[in-house]
Amino acid sequence: MNHTKNVLIPKPKKNPYRYLVYITLAVIYIWAFAGVSFTGIKETAGKITQAIFAGIFSPDWGYVYLPDGEDLLRGLLDTLAISVLGTFISAVVCIPFAFWAAVNMSKAKAISGSGKMLLSFIRTFPEIIMAILFVKTVGPTSFAGVLALGVHSIGMMGKLFADEIENIDRGPIEALTSTGASKLQILWYAVIPQVLPGFLSYTLYRFEINVRSATILGLIGAGGIGTPLSFALTARNWDRVGIILLGIIVMITMIDYISGTLRKKII
Amino acid sequence: MSTPTEVQARSIGSGSSPSHHSNSNPNLSSNSQPNRSADSIRPTRPSKTKHYFTFALLVILLWGSGIQTKVSFSELWLGLPNMFDLLKQMVPPNWGYFARISSAMLDTLRMAVVGTTLGAILAIPVALLSASNVVTRKYIFYPIRFMLNLIRTIPDLLLAAIFVAIFGLGALPGIFALAVFSLGLIAKLTYEALETIDAGPLEAMTAVGANKLQLILYGVVPQIQAHFVSYVLYTFEINVRAAAILGFVGAGGIGHYYEVTLGFLEYDKTSSIIVFTLVIVLIIDYISAKLREKLL
Repeated sequence: MNHTKNVLIPKPKKNPYRYLVYITLAVIYIWAFAGVSFTGIKETAGKITQAIFAGIFSPDWGYVYLPDGEDLLRGLLDTLAISVLGTFISAVVCIPFAFWAAVNMSKAKAISGSGKMLLSFIRTFPEIIMAILFVKTVGPTSFAGVLALGVHSIGMMGKLFADEIENIDRGPIEALTSTGASKLQILWYAVIPQVLPGFLSYTLYRFEINVRSATILGLIGAGGIGTPLSFALTARNWDRVGIILLGIIVMITMIDYISGTLRKKII
Repeated sequence: MSTPTEVQARSIGSGSSPSHHSNSNPNLSSNSQPNRSADSIRPTRPSKTKHYFTFALLVILLWGSGIQTKVSFSELWLGLPNMFDLLKQMVPPNWGYFARISSAMLDTLRMAVVGTTLGAILAIPVALLSASNVVTRKYIFYPIRFMLNLIRTIPDLLLAAIFVAIFGLGALPGIFALAVFSLGLIAKLTYEALETIDAGPLEAMTAVGANKLQLILYGVVPQIQAHFVSYVLYTFEINVRAAAILGFVGAGGIGHYYEVTLGFLEYDKTSSIIVFTLVIVLIIDYISAKLREKLL
């Protein structure tokens, strides 16, 4: 009898350290779950949840537009205005930072390295803390929110812009150098046209993030829709919380859609 | 006379230029030929009208936003000394305060761990249900994706504020807020990765008659698990940052001390909290980034 040998493919070798990983994970989880102080849920939790959902599904339409100030539309408009200005400020301010942090724009590694470090420091600085600093500086207004978003976004946009600059094609730069173009001309005719679509796309992307951030700035008094929301929360006006949430959800969904369409067109 | 390729090049370079039409008519082209050809070799500049409109729109948008938010540079200028004053008071951080807040910092980390884990566990079925190659029915995955998009519109601090209103003060609303936020993020990233997996193993398993559960367990999970763990770690990084400020709205963790120290105008303590948070965040980011590099 001639029967073929049954060849089994050997199982891949497992990582010998895997038990160490499991034990570490188990220790972390025991530490984490044991330490959480479970204080119990308020008895009214169910009722409040119901009230908020009722507010979302049968909104208080009267609040959408009030002739005398403080209504939903104006709050949302304020939020949008904060994010537009904040994004614009950071998009302009981060450009020099981006050129500073891009490896291919300077000869010494130390220059771009220091720029990258500064940007990552700005990124890690929480924007809410930034907002508090500006609230102390210019008072509890929307302007404080604009400044906070403007400064905080520099960190991320500077990094994204720097990555974009690092990815450019050297060809046009060499061509312009060989024809004797000045540094400024090289920047204007070889670098800027290559990075501009990327810059615009990242700016729009950051705008989407900033709209979300701008909705919470009001919780610490820096303007936007967060202000009436925090009032409604402290006043236990659940219908109003519901309609404000609905407004935020609709606005952000629309902004994401518009911005996404524009970004697809740009790139 | 121009060669056919030249004519073609011209018609591409300047589609609306009259020289192209004149070339097709030999009677007309005879007198104005040399002049026109020198002119039309140069491509016409693209129209700038669209750029002007975009620019005008942008200016109007910025102007309107400026009015809406009452931007005033004089106020900023007047306020700058205040800010420098504040920063000066913050500058030597109160190093002794670290011992006081270290337990709150550990609480923050616990919240991030528990919140991320709960979110990750919830994200597994949601991600599977919203991937079009696992669940092939449109009426299932479209509504679930829509729900995911809705969840992701609400920022975590806002979720925390609402959960504090619902459940009362403490770490619990913070954990729930982080869990919901993580669910949205992890499920989205995972289902997008799920849609790009190799269909071969799935087809092979379907061919040998595997049921849906076996298909997921042996066809999908091995392909996706590294990505999934990487996304969970990434979300954990974000959640550590988020957990550090959730205390602002009363959702536990170190954020509570920001309110306390700012309220008592003890800015040196505030800055020590900021420094502490930055150090922890940087360490966690570093570890997480190294782990993620190993995974993928």
